[in-house]
Amino acid sequence: MTDLPTTGAKKLGLVIDLDICVGCHACAVNCKEWNDGGHSAPLTDLDPYGKDVSGVWFNRVHSFEAGDHECGRTVHFPRSCLHCETPDCVTVCPTGASYKREEDGIVLVNPDTCIGCKLCSWACPYGAREFDEADGVMKKCTLCIDRIYNETLDEIDRVPACVSTCPVSARHFGDLGDPESKVSKLVAERGGYDLMPEMGYKPVNRYLPPRTPKRQGAAALKPSEQVEAKGFLAWLDRMLSR
Amino acid sequence: MHPAISIIFFTTASGAGYGLLVLLAWGALVGHLGSQTGFGIASFVVAIGLVGAGLLSSLGHLGHPERAWRALTQWRSSWLSREGVMAILTFLPALAFAWSWVVAGEVSKLAAALTIVGALVTTVCTAMIYASLKPIRAWRNPWTVPVYLTLGFYTGALLAALLLHVYGLRGPFVTFLIAVVGLVATALKIGYWMFLDGGRSASTAETATGLGSIGKVKMLDPPHTESNYLLKEMGYRVARKHARKLRLFVLLVGFGLPILLSFLAVQGSDAVAIAGSLLAVASGGLGVVVERWLFFAEARHTVTLYYGSSTA
Repeated sequence: MTDLPTTGAKKLGLVIDLDICVGCHACAVNCKEWNDGGHSAPLTDLDPYGKDVSGVWFNRVHSFEAGDHECGRTVHFPRSCLHCETPDCVTVCPTGASYKREEDGIVLVNPDTCIGCKLCSWACPYGAREFDEADGVMKKCTLCIDRIYNETLDEIDRVPACVSTCPVSARHFGDLGDPESKVSKLVAERGGYDLMPEMGYKPVNRYLPPRTPKRQGAAALKPSEQVEAKGFLAWLDRMLSR
Repeated sequence: MHPAISIIFFTTASGAGYGLLVLLAWGALVGHLGSQTGFGIASFVVAIGLVGAGLLSSLGHLGHPERAWRALTQWRSSWLSREGVMAILTFLPALAFAWSWVVAGEVSKLAAALTIVGALVTTVCTAMIYASLKPIRAWRNPWTVPVYLTLGFYTGALLAALLLHVYGLRGPFVTFLIAVVGLVATALKIGYWMFLDGGRSASTAETATGLGSIGKVKMLDPPHTESNYLLKEMGYRVARKHARKLRLFVLLVGFGLPILLSFLAVQGSDAVAIAGSLLAVASGGLGVVVERWLFFAEARHTVTLYYGSSTA
């Protein structure tokens, strides 16, 4: 049923640290790699070697500039499904193919019952869903449901592919419904926030803001032009100025 | 938003079909429908044909049309599902009404009343599919439902006038109705466009990224060099530069001209009446198709905020 489940205690999700993401796209590439053989496989690429390349990805890394001049920042911004608590992508689904799991809050699409009407992708403000033209069904991030519960993997690998591959540990996975979890503490400590809270979808995934630089303001960043020379340098300055 | 032909045809054709059904059933309820077998058969073929063709066209939009029956199951939460269920349920009173009038010769007022309710509820459900989508300000607003209802009724009235004239009947009331509903539609569309131009979504590139506390957010590098589903489906922007001209086209060709033609038609001979109301249907139909096309093409989705738009 596309009715939302009564919210369970467990809310699995990601915490993404925008302060240290270097924009290398490794998370997006490993996501594509794993999920091309995972729950929603394949992640079709159309015309992959032609002129009009397009394909399904669950994770896209944008790069933004925030602020101007010396206070401006370049921020790399990975964007994927936020596994919202009240997602309209689930309730608009006419078939029940789009659903939110009661036990851990993961939002999934059943590829066997999806009719490919695309309405869920219209209902998602975040662009988390991409239609697979070849399969005729909607696809989205599964939070690597086939990794996180996979007992054939070593325990250390039972995290989403994007988290396991991040070379700077900018991505964290855990239970955001448990205030004592590592991810919840990280969010509390760093002021983690929701994207587009005004939409009212209550995203589970959180983003950690870039830290404020220690040196602030224009003065600190100007080259030092007027330095008084002393001793031997002062003598040299006098000689050369003749 | 990408204007898919199948959806534009579906919403305009089924809207006109339901509008015609409402008018016929209304005529039956107030006792204006005589035993006009030819007119009755033709009217129902047109009305039910348009509704059916519209529904079939909407299936063309699906990735898996053979699974369409599943869309009838989630009526508790989904307007699309409700629309499907109501569309199918409405066939029952509509066919019973048609049978009672054309075949049995005595109109069933109960079936006529249920036809009106079904047609109106189905049209509201169609409009609510769009009006319920929070990421699209151009759709989620109080104008969407009245516009869908009014345009369905308006195009239905244009068809009713043509059918009456083809069967040698005169309905000055229908002409009057076309003028009134056409003017209401004009006012609604002007109001809607003022609403559309007068504001932006509460979401911005700053709220979409949460980086507003640092300053204005601009795209530096896109996440991919080629297009993708999101940009093709949600980033459609061809129409916007022609939007002004197309809006004027809708008002003049969609509403002004058909109203004028409808008045001219009732003044003349039978041939003039048929020709005038046929042109009115063609002109009004074209105008409403362009209106629906603009409804999609002018709509901005919040996902574009991640791809360089500062507002949505």
